[in-house]
Amino acid sequence: MSGFDLSAILGNPEYAAMLLHGIEMTFIIYAGSWSLAMALALLLLAVRLSPFRFGDPLVAAYVSYHRNVPTLVQLMLWYFGIFTLMPNGVATWLASHNAEAIFAVIGLGLCQAAYFSEDLRSGVRSVGPGQMEAARALGHGYVSAMRFVIMPQGVRNALPPLINHSVSLFKNSSLAVVIGASELTHAVKEIENLSFRTFEIYLIGTVLYLFFSLVIMSIGAYLSMRADPARSARA
Amino acid sequence: MIHDMIAIVRDYWLLLLIGQYPNGPLGGLANTLILSALSIALAFPISILFAMARLSKAPLLRWPVTALVYFTRGVPLLMLILWSYFLVPLLTGADVPSFVTMLTTLVVYQSAFLSEVVRAGIVALGPGQMDASRALGHSYVGAMRYIILPQALYNMIPSILSTFVSTIKDTTLGYVINVPDLTFAASQVNNQLLTQPFQVFLILAIVYFAICWTLTYFANRLERRITRRRAGLLNVPAAVVTPSKIVSEQL
Repeated sequence: MSGFDLSAILGNPEYAAMLLHGIEMTFIIYAGSWSLAMALALLLLAVRLSPFRFGDPLVAAYVSYHRNVPTLVQLMLWYFGIFTLMPNGVATWLASHNAEAIFAVIGLGLCQAAYFSEDLRSGVRSVGPGQMEAARALGHGYVSAMRFVIMPQGVRNALPPLINHSVSLFKNSSLAVVIGASELTHAVKEIENLSFRTFEIYLIGTVLYLFFSLVIMSIGAYLSMRADPARSARA
Repeated sequence: MIHDMIAIVRDYWLLLLIGQYPNGPLGGLANTLILSALSIALAFPISILFAMARLSKAPLLRWPVTALVYFTRGVPLLMLILWSYFLVPLLTGADVPSFVTMLTTLVVYQSAFLSEVVRAGIVALGPGQMDASRALGHSYVGAMRYIILPQALYNMIPSILSTFVSTIKDTTLGYVINVPDLTFAASQVNNQLLTQPFQVFLILAIVYFAICWTLTYFANRLERRITRRRAGLLNVPAAVVTPSKIVSEQL
């Protein structure tokens, strides 16, 4: 083992394939948990915004749990804990369908939903009450006022924290390695074990994470600009 | 199920609390708290220097620190831990315990995040404070020491407390390099029992929740109190001196 040599890893078709598979799994986990989180966050938001107050403490408890328990512990509880409580048939089916990735998506998605829903809530809260009154005065029903007047503005207000948290979610997808999902960090560790080229493979892994984080950030910046050119120009 | 959990706590509370100490290294909850406290204590002074470097007019001070902060925020903590795991022994030439590796990583990581907090605190004070103290004859260092930092840090106490909460949550990642913390102790318990993983990890989640929730609660109360006090003290609208909320990392 001598000298710094990136080609020892990138030129090796076996290692390159492992890296590509890792990237693919990372993105599957990221896309899955992001979609789950967003869907659930909208649901939590709907409960919070509804005139019925009894859902509020439940949502508050949900958010509080997911913000105060380390994500790693949440993943462990899902994979090592809840997985084993599942009925035999379900567990066998999951085990043969990449259970690690499925539980990573569930764990990360449920956790992220807490952050997304809080972002959306403060975004919606910063839309003035006059907007709702004006929309109702113009003949919109509650749902239609929400759909066409409040939510578009609320989501636009919430974009910056949503982008921040989307990047965090991408970085947190690396935690899935602890429950054995074969994502990018897993691939990096595997290749390190096989090649002993520690420095090179960590460098490649780090650059990949940094690159994709930056890509997500720039997509976010582009969306913010599209959503509100005037405000982005001022910021 | 509740009975199982009570039985686990009854049988293993000492292991969860202090690990295998005194027959082995200190571990468990004690180790988690010591690791978190040490890393914040070490990261705090560094973060003040980082924040001042980022606000300085000298590009040679500003650029390297800015690059470090961006790098630290763009890479998963797990990757940084793996880097330290391999680099720290290489640079020191010694067999380094995993506790020290984790401490090094956390200090670098939290310094970068805390420096953003401190910077926000200094920026929120406005340029007038610095101008006034310079006009009164303070040097830059004197103004920082006696005027700017005391105010900025006082305003930042709640944010520093929430960084402490994130640090407690971050220490769980030490599990990957076998730092004998609370998570590690819980997985040891799980390996001995084998049959009750859900109960063991639920206890783990409850313990973390209890600690982090309590700290978050105090941080919020303190924040309200500080906002009120500063608003009264300075006789200006509270919004002017409210420390800008930072997005704390969410592990």
